[in-house]
Amino acid sequence: MKKHLKQLTAGVALSAVMGTAAFADDIKIGMVVTLSGPPAALGQQIVDGFQLALEQKDGMLGGQKVELIVEDDELKPDVALVKATSLVERDKVDFVVGTVFSNMLQAIFKPIVQSDTFLISPNAGPSTFAGRNCNPYFFVTSYQNNQNAEVSGMIANEEGFENVFTMVPNYQAGRDNIVGFKQTFKGNVTDEVFTPLGHQDFSAELARISTSGADAIFTFMPGGMGVRLVNQFANAGLSENMKFMSVFTTDETTLPGQKDAAVGFLAAGSWAPDLPNDANAAFVKAFEEKYGYIPGSYAMQAYDTASLLDSAIAKTGGDMSDKDAVRAALKEADFTSLRGDFSFNNNHYPVQDFHMLNVVKRDDGKFHTSFVRTIAKDYADSFSQDCKM
Amino acid sequence: MSTTLFLILCLNGLQYGMLLFLIAAGLTLVFGVMGFINLAHGVQYMVGAYLAFAYVQLTGSFMLAVILSLVTALILGLLLEHFIFRHLYNRDHLDQVLATFGIIIFLNELAKVIFGPATLSIAPPEFLSGSIQLTETLRYPIYRFVTIFAGLVVALGLYLTISFTRIGMLIRAGATSAEMVSALGVNIQRLFMIVFGVGAMLAGFAGVIAAPIFAIEPGMGDNILIVAFVVIITGGIGSIGGAFFAALLVGLIDTLGRSLATEILSTVFNPSFANQIGPALASMLIYILMAAILVFRPKGLLPAKGVS
Repeated sequence: MKKHLKQLTAGVALSAVMGTAAFADDIKIGMVVTLSGPPAALGQQIVDGFQLALEQKDGMLGGQKVELIVEDDELKPDVALVKATSLVERDKVDFVVGTVFSNMLQAIFKPIVQSDTFLISPNAGPSTFAGRNCNPYFFVTSYQNNQNAEVSGMIANEEGFENVFTMVPNYQAGRDNIVGFKQTFKGNVTDEVFTPLGHQDFSAELARISTSGADAIFTFMPGGMGVRLVNQFANAGLSENMKFMSVFTTDETTLPGQKDAAVGFLAAGSWAPDLPNDANAAFVKAFEEKYGYIPGSYAMQAYDTASLLDSAIAKTGGDMSDKDAVRAALKEADFTSLRGDFSFNNNHYPVQDFHMLNVVKRDDGKFHTSFVRTIAKDYADSFSQDCKM
Repeated sequence: MSTTLFLILCLNGLQYGMLLFLIAAGLTLVFGVMGFINLAHGVQYMVGAYLAFAYVQLTGSFMLAVILSLVTALILGLLLEHFIFRHLYNRDHLDQVLATFGIIIFLNELAKVIFGPATLSIAPPEFLSGSIQLTETLRYPIYRFVTIFAGLVVALGLYLTISFTRIGMLIRAGATSAEMVSALGVNIQRLFMIVFGVGAMLAGFAGVIAAPIFAIEPGMGDNILIVAFVVIITGGIGSIGGAFFAALLVGLIDTLGRSLATEILSTVFNPSFANQIGPALASMLIYILMAAILVFRPKGLLPAKGVS
């Protein structure tokens, strides 16, 4: 009853002062992430990272009270679509934050941006919306999917690898990563191996790797596939004479399962838990204290997303009715990113530094990726010139 | 394609086949003897892996964990039989599929609630963790040799039990005509319970020995269940010998196919086309095999005697 009353008064108040910038209702944020099945760990990091930011700001962003509605897309496009539509139509949220996976993003994209609601992706960054189909209501706070693979190619060049064996799961993101890698890598790609998604036993592939004569392997095996590959790679004794280079394969979500087998493996990324800046150190410390595990890039991106919203809402004084003003405030990206330098390109994808990371074991026996050196400064994606925005 | 690579692939195929056999052995008996479709058999494989993980954390010893996991898997199997499956034997297959599918969903979620959604792993025991140098560039993990050996031992044990013991004779008789066996005064209910418990334990054992090789995650048994069904249908339902040979065949074809399909196709087509369809074709091979065998031998490779 009380809630109804509150909504009623809010509704009356809203109609009374509509359009005046002074008034502001609670800000509603809907979140669509994957929280079931094996990839649930990734979605959980996003929820945890976002909620940590909210908590540190006493449940407010930009000085306004925030109501956060978290939905599980179950990694099914139809479920994602239903949940996203109801967030926009029933809950009338001001922002939707989502998703973890690019195919989920593709499912929810249209209904959200067509209803003039801002969609902010804390992880998925498909090429589809970076070029010709970029959208004024769509922002990405993570990266463009191809970038990590492109940077891996640069790492391979710098490290002097001449023959590289590549292996990815047989689906869109896997193929994108190979394309990205080959775009920057100057050496010779000895093999391109495509495994089924969710592959269990890499022994046949490992046998091919060991006889390929390559001096490094480049791979993209997110989640459980990465755990299996890394453990089997190490058990087969391949780590001794071959370098392992990957994206989203040895990260904070998979390292608890890979442990010592992954130490020294190389990765490309825009962030590591020990990336040297004060905001980041404070974030990692607070996150570990609250949730008891080392945050991965997913949690960091969610935290940055909350900081971005915080800055934008503050700039508009909590007024969400003037969409152009909100967009301009978002575009400025006037917040302290845990990654250091951060700005938006014309296509609303980030321009940021990319680094070489390697896996280390901390003194307390936990594992994380560690910053080695910066590979590409202010690196923008290669689709932005096609975007007319 | 060098000879050593081919040898390695064959070893991998054997090892995968042994794993499949351990799962399929229980499945084929439950299906053949009781005429019961147990979709939850794959989830028992997952339970075995999680039990191994929990016991390794608890005791710190892999060998101890193996024994404890086997005992627990057996008890869990018997409990499931007593409380759920027993009431489904006389129902039709649709009810069995629905009930056992429910168990899959329940146990998968339970694993997630208890152990979290993240992928877990355990290290192989210290004395088995090395690898054997086969050639200058090639090493093969000792642990995988041990899994092949363990599979062979279980196969031999099952063969001897089924062929030469009283309980084996009853199982064979039960597979042919359960009613007649029951009419002769044999407690068929108890026989079913034993078959079911052992089947659950074998699936659990497969999960335990697979845990150090593959990762442990909720839903890990769902995919392997489908392959296990391919194995028992290819081998002949209710036939342990059939399951053994079909498991090896499926293991070898799947492993070799995945490595060779792209290579063979690229000798005929251009490389990028071969790269596109090679992996897809490789993952279809075992189903093509099953279809082909069903055409020529509808009862499978080595059907159990008297099964109509």
